[in-house]
Formats: sequence, C-alpha cells, structure tokens
Amino acid sequence: MADLVIEREILIEAPAEVVWRTVTEPDQMSQWFADRVELVVEPGAHGYMGFGDQGGPVVVETVDPPNRFSFRWNHPGGEEPVAGNSMLVEFTLTPEGGERTRLRVTESGHELRDWPEAEKERYADEHRGGWAEFLDRLAGLLAERQSG
Amino acid sequence: MTAQPDDELWSAIADPSRRRVLDLLVSNGGVSASWLAGRVPFSRQAVSKHLVVLEEVGLVSRRKQGREVLYHVVGDRLDEATRAMTDLAAQWDRRLDTIKRIAEATHAGAKEKKRRGPDPK
Repeated sequence: MADLVIEREILIEAPAEVVWRTVTEPDQMSQWFADRVELVVEPGAHGYMGFGDQGGPVVVETVDPPNRFSFRWNHPGGEEPVAGNSMLVEFTLTPEGGERTRLRVTESGHELRDWPEAEKERYADEHRGGWAEFLDRLAGLLAERQSG
Repeated sequence: MTAQPDDELWSAIADPSRRRVLDLLVSNGGVSASWLAGRVPFSRQAVSKHLVVLEEVGLVSRRKQGREVLYHVVGDRLDEATRAMTDLAAQWDRRLDTIKRIAEATHAGAKEKKRRGPDPK
C-alpha cells in the first residue's frame, strides 16, 4: 500500500484518446506541466522535466493507453527511483460515454511495507483523502485544543 | 523541484511514521517518548529518531516537566505545513484545468474539421 499524498480529479468534454495524448505527449505536456519535457512514453524509460532553472529525472512506470499513465519523480539524483525514495504520479482516465472523460491524478510516496496489517488499515482509513486532508484535520484539532 | 516552499518541512512530513507521531502529539498534548512508543507500530529508538527530525524542522518542541521530557506540536509550523499541502493541491488543480482546456480545444477543433470535410486542395 502506498502513502497517498494527494488526489484530484476533473471531468473533461473530450474522448479518452484525446485526453490521453494531452497527458502523455511531451510537446503537450510542456503546456501544462514542466517547461522542458524529455520523455519517451514507454515503461522503464528515463526522462527529464525542467521547471525554469530547476528540474530532475523522471522514470515512466505504467503506460496503458488510454487509461493509465504513471511516472516516478523527486528521487535522489543518481539513484534508481523505487517505492520509498520517490513520488509516484499516476493518471487514471475513465471514459464516461463516448465524448467525456474523468481524469484523476494521484501523487503518492512511501510504501508502508514494514507496518503490521492492522496499522496499515487504520492508516488507510485516516488518510483516505491524502495528506492534505490529514494535515488540515490535525491543524483544526490543534487549534481547537489550544483555544479550549 | 515541485516548488514546495520548504524542503525540510516537506521531507519531515513525507514519512508516514512521523505523521503518526504528529497525530498522537496533537491528539494527546504533551507526552513522553516512551508513551508514544507504546502506541506506534515501531520501536522506541525509531520514535526518538522521528522526534529529533520533527524537532529539527520546528514542528515539535520539548519541555522538561519534573524528571520527564514532554513533546508538543508547534501550531504555527503545522499551519505552514498545511498551507504547503493546500498549495500542492492547487498546483495539481491548475494542471488539470490546463489539460481540460487543451483536450477540449483539440477535440472541438477535430470535430469542426470533420464537419467541414477534408481541406480543399
């Protein structure tokens, strides 16, 4: 089980094949993602994403057109990105009729490999909305305690 | 690389075990390392290491009370972390909005072309 950081989705008035090309083709990616995208859309392919004067390597993980595309990034330079040292960005495209696609993106981090099963389940319950909701809840709880 | 404002804060929170420690500290107020160790699925040494990391980034502070050292969450720092997460969510929302705009424009363009038939030579 991976550690869900964030999950967002959007409904797009276009068929999955069109959305797929927008999400995966490097010249289109550079319009919505990084300034510089060097990527071959093949599982295991190593690429690069540049953001202004910053940037870093990415490694493609899943390519399953037109439904699933994922890559790993934010791993230490020189190391092979695996679960535990990198973030996994995953796009899921779900057709809703012929002309509409639901696009979901998740970003997740560490694998909870060493945890006992019961703890993993509790963690999954607490983090269903990702860290954003988790931290929000903590901050709210703390404010409540401090004022009360 | 993803424009997060504070890399150290980010990597402190990136670890699920440390978030578990944070959660316990928020829910229970000032508690000791051994109290925490009794409530997490990892060792007492691991708890101490996580507390050091959380203290270094300013998310947790320690206070001596009698013979015990008690740990607390620093509210301002937690708020900063929460804002960083909100920013990340907003960043993905902007990206998804742009994908939507591009894909819908591409699709509308293709349909229009089909309606008009092939370009005359």
